[in-house]
Amino acid sequence: MKIKSDIATSENGFIFNPATGDSFSGNAMAAQWLLAMKNGKPEEDIKKDILEKYNVSVEQLERDWDDWIVQLKEANLLEN
Amino acid sequence: MEKLTYEKPYIKKLHAGVMNKFGTRTGIQPVKQIDGVSVKKLIEGYGSPVFVLSEKQIRKNYRSAYRAFSTRYPKVQFAWSYKTNYLNAVCQIFHQEGSWAEVVSGSEYQKALGNGVPGNKIIFNGPGKSKEELKIAVDNNSLIHIDHFEELNQLLTLSKELVNKPRVAIRVNMDTGVYPSWDRFGFNYENNEAWTALEKIVTSGKLQLVGLHCHIGTYMLSTAAYGIAANTLCDLAMRCNTLLNHKIEYLDMGGGFPSTNTLKGAYLPGADTVPTVDDFAEIITSTLLNFGFAQEDLPLLILESGRVLIDDAGYLLGTVIANKRLNNGKRATIMDFGVNILFTSFWYEHQISPAQDFNPHNENMIIYGPLCMNIDVIRESINLPLLNTGDHVVVHKVGAYNMTQWMQFITLRPAVVLIDEQQRTHLIRTNETLHYTEEPEVMPAHLRPSK
Repeated sequence: MKIKSDIATSENGFIFNPATGDSFSGNAMAAQWLLAMKNGKPEEDIKKDILEKYNVSVEQLERDWDDWIVQLKEANLLEN
Repeated sequence: MEKLTYEKPYIKKLHAGVMNKFGTRTGIQPVKQIDGVSVKKLIEGYGSPVFVLSEKQIRKNYRSAYRAFSTRYPKVQFAWSYKTNYLNAVCQIFHQEGSWAEVVSGSEYQKALGNGVPGNKIIFNGPGKSKEELKIAVDNNSLIHIDHFEELNQLLTLSKELVNKPRVAIRVNMDTGVYPSWDRFGFNYENNEAWTALEKIVTSGKLQLVGLHCHIGTYMLSTAAYGIAANTLCDLAMRCNTLLNHKIEYLDMGGGFPSTNTLKGAYLPGADTVPTVDDFAEIITSTLLNFGFAQEDLPLLILESGRVLIDDAGYLLGTVIANKRLNNGKRATIMDFGVNILFTSFWYEHQISPAQDFNPHNENMIIYGPLCMNIDVIRESINLPLLNTGDHVVVHKVGAYNMTQWMQFITLRPAVVLIDEQQRTHLIRTNETLHYTEEPEVMPAHLRPSK
């Protein structure tokens, strides 16, 4: 899953897609995940980092990851 | 090292455009307790979903409504509308407060007797009374509200074989200026049917005509309609007095006052738009007081309010089963309660609150029940914080009609708990079991499973 390369993101969760003109706001966790994905970090590493730093179960993280990908697809932010 | 608090990642598309003139919605608060009792503990103790009723709120509603009328008019009587919620514990609260019983079927009538209501304080309404039910009502000296000429003729016939002279009122329908006009209950005023019925009763000499009744609608948003209805009943009562030389003892204005729930499609929340009980009391009592009755001849005013007295005293507690996304990306949350136990979700946009702390991000979502039926939608669109599987929610203002119109369909009906004024919880209806639902079934011998 790769984020489109031209997507602009800010540290506080603002996202802009120059191709469509759409803008989004995300929470802190979304900003963090998006930044990691944009930097090319593999899915496994992102999840590992989150599990180390945050109080969340593996099951919850897996569910939220799936939902996150659906959100990105719906927002048209993923490479085809 | 202590781990940081996690929250589900969430992005929301920003839309440029004009600001909502009502401002952004703020202030979704977690509802962790009801009358001081923890939601979590209620679910742990009684299961999920579970209906919870607040005795304190019921009594408060009753006293406030009674005060609204009794401070304006000298003779006021409430009769608890059994069909709104006929759990016996609920009925007893209203009877303790001084309510009579208003019933609309033989089974409700028996319930009222079982609750210790004296026969002469039971109002027997409704279009479907059997001969046997009428006999019992007459024997108990109850107030029978006649719905149609068939019933009137049946009572005239019955009166020949019964000791008691039936105490009756007629139900009157009329044009109160609201749409839809309810003309299905009782005798019509404008075409003189009501007057014909009154003449027939009085001239027969076999029935005691004691009152006049109307039931002009439900969830009425117009107080003026009650003014017209009260005026109509007053006119009939006055004509009975002058033309038939017969004094009417009471006028029964029925029910229909709205609760503060928000109707589907309403532009503003119910709490901001519905008239208060005081508004209805003002127009009804001022019509009666100004009509021209002598002070000593003022009829007793009876109210059969249901919804307004109990809706906001009822809560439904439930649990999130799952979250999913629909094909348009919209979030859908599946709860463990469906429309089979929350019938009012067909016409109300029920407020739903999370029962635990949550992250500040809201998302627009659809709330489904657990039924495998397309119609099982609790809220088509609601902004709520992100809920996780196992989280609890509180649905507000569900006290009216749900605990009578609910049905055993796919899932069984849950328990009902009453929180008393001392914050003690009481199970007032246990949750259904498969055994309970199968008990009335009879299996033909040739279909019994082979062992």
